[in-house]
Amino acid sequence: MILAHAHRVSRRYGTVLALDEVDLDVRAGELVGLLGPNGAGKSTLINLLVGLRRPSSGRVELNGGDPRDPASRRQLGVTPQETGLPGTLRVGEVVDFVSAHYPDPIPRDELLDRFGLGAQVRRQCGGLSGGQKRRLAVALAFVGRPRLVVLDEPTTGLDVEARHALWDAIRAFHADGGTVLLSSHYLEEVEALAQRVVVIGKGRVLADDSVDAIRAVVGVRRVSLTVDAVPALPGVVRTEQVDGRTHLLTADADQLVRDLVASGVAFRNLEVRPTSLEEAFLAITTADAEPAPA
Amino acid sequence: MQLVLTHARYQLLETIRIPIAIFGSAFFPAVAMLFFVVPFAGKDPVGATFATASMVTFSVMSANIFQYGVGVAEDRAQPWDPFTRTLPVGPAPRFAGRIGAGLVVTYLSLIPLVVIAATLTDAQITPGSFLLALGTVGVISVPFTLMGLSIGYALPSKAAIVVAQIVFFPLAFGGGLLSAPDQAPGFVETIAPFLPTRGAVELVWAAVGDYSVNPLSLVMLGVWVAALAGLAGWAYRRDEGRRFS
Repeated sequence: MILAHAHRVSRRYGTVLALDEVDLDVRAGELVGLLGPNGAGKSTLINLLVGLRRPSSGRVELNGGDPRDPASRRQLGVTPQETGLPGTLRVGEVVDFVSAHYPDPIPRDELLDRFGLGAQVRRQCGGLSGGQKRRLAVALAFVGRPRLVVLDEPTTGLDVEARHALWDAIRAFHADGGTVLLSSHYLEEVEALAQRVVVIGKGRVLADDSVDAIRAVVGVRRVSLTVDAVPALPGVVRTEQVDGRTHLLTADADQLVRDLVASGVAFRNLEVRPTSLEEAFLAITTADAEPAPA
Repeated sequence: MQLVLTHARYQLLETIRIPIAIFGSAFFPAVAMLFFVVPFAGKDPVGATFATASMVTFSVMSANIFQYGVGVAEDRAQPWDPFTRTLPVGPAPRFAGRIGAGLVVTYLSLIPLVVIAATLTDAQITPGSFLLALGTVGVISVPFTLMGLSIGYALPSKAAIVVAQIVFFPLAFGGGLLSAPDQAPGFVETIAPFLPTRGAVELVWAAVGDYSVNPLSLVMLGVWVAALAGLAGWAYRRDEGRRFS
């Protein structure tokens, strides 16, 4: 059962191509992380999927229908990237307002307690702290007992403790059979929550696979050494100089080391380590925009 | 229907939490009434009644053009607005709720005018005519509400403020709201029937006194309502929140 579907979707803003023929399927029960740097097209893709914008070309479907048709959004919950709560309304009023749109909403106090906002019912939204506003914005996505929740950078601006509390809420929803599509530029977040990662860069899907598979497919390793002058070597995706050490990122560390020895250059303290997902992800997004084999 | 009331209720709650917003739409017509109607037409029962009716129309127009034109454009710039568009409702309950709330604010903004007319002028009205006028205010809110919604959904907020200010004065003057019935300057009498303000004020004049409505003004009012409804619907559908190029 596919809950959200994008087929060769492109979206232009004027002359800027924000999304370039993107395909994405989110199946029932999945927890999908949408990963990419700022400006990669994550929010644009999300806005198309929840019906806020229309694609320039291609097709988007939500629960098998057009996301711009209200009926398609009946089992959808959304947290937008920006927290814009009406400042003069009280927390309880905002929850009641959103609840009124669903046939069987979660009771207000239960929802607020789940997100640690029980004591704030009577506060005006304008007076909440940044973290409280963000938690309320995420809570609102769950009011209508949705099947699919779409969270656009849900934990931006939260401290570690609040972030972990939110993660628990998202995991609990997923454990009950809920489907989640979440965008993030925190790799830690995607690694902690998602089973499947879709890496987006420059408006294209660069990779779509499990967290482990993405790491393996990209297979970027870090070769560190102390050397006076680095010769030009094939297969190096990135070169960094930190504190006198040279770090070379490559997909084939064995061949690089062979080439390094063959080049005859004098080097010391050679080290080969696997990269973090962050480094892998930087490597595939900053290298050319060819999609990685999935 | 339940949703319409919900949207209207929260719209009003937001307005009422900042009471100066209501004060603003009541202020200008009330001051115009004090400066122009009370000293010049205050002692003439018929003139004062018609002049009050004109000011009521003026107030209905400015309250609606501004609260929708500027209010909608500003709401669209807030992230809350795109969020509400992901809720499983179409545009109808939000449109209707907003209009219900707008009508309440419109009526509230007329209170000072009516109080001034009753206490400081010789304006006269029978209870029956008063009720008729109350209903008429609801009817003539329609074109100005649609005009405000068109502006608010079509333009970003800074442009909406300017356009609202630009359209409202020519409409008031050109429609003959600033003159006694049929005593406006010649060119105004010529163009007035083609403006929505004219049909609107003639309905109010007819409600409060002895005035027979010009059929042309009424037909044109109908044309304006249809055209503005189309424009507002179009502007809403093409709206995707803020637009950057």
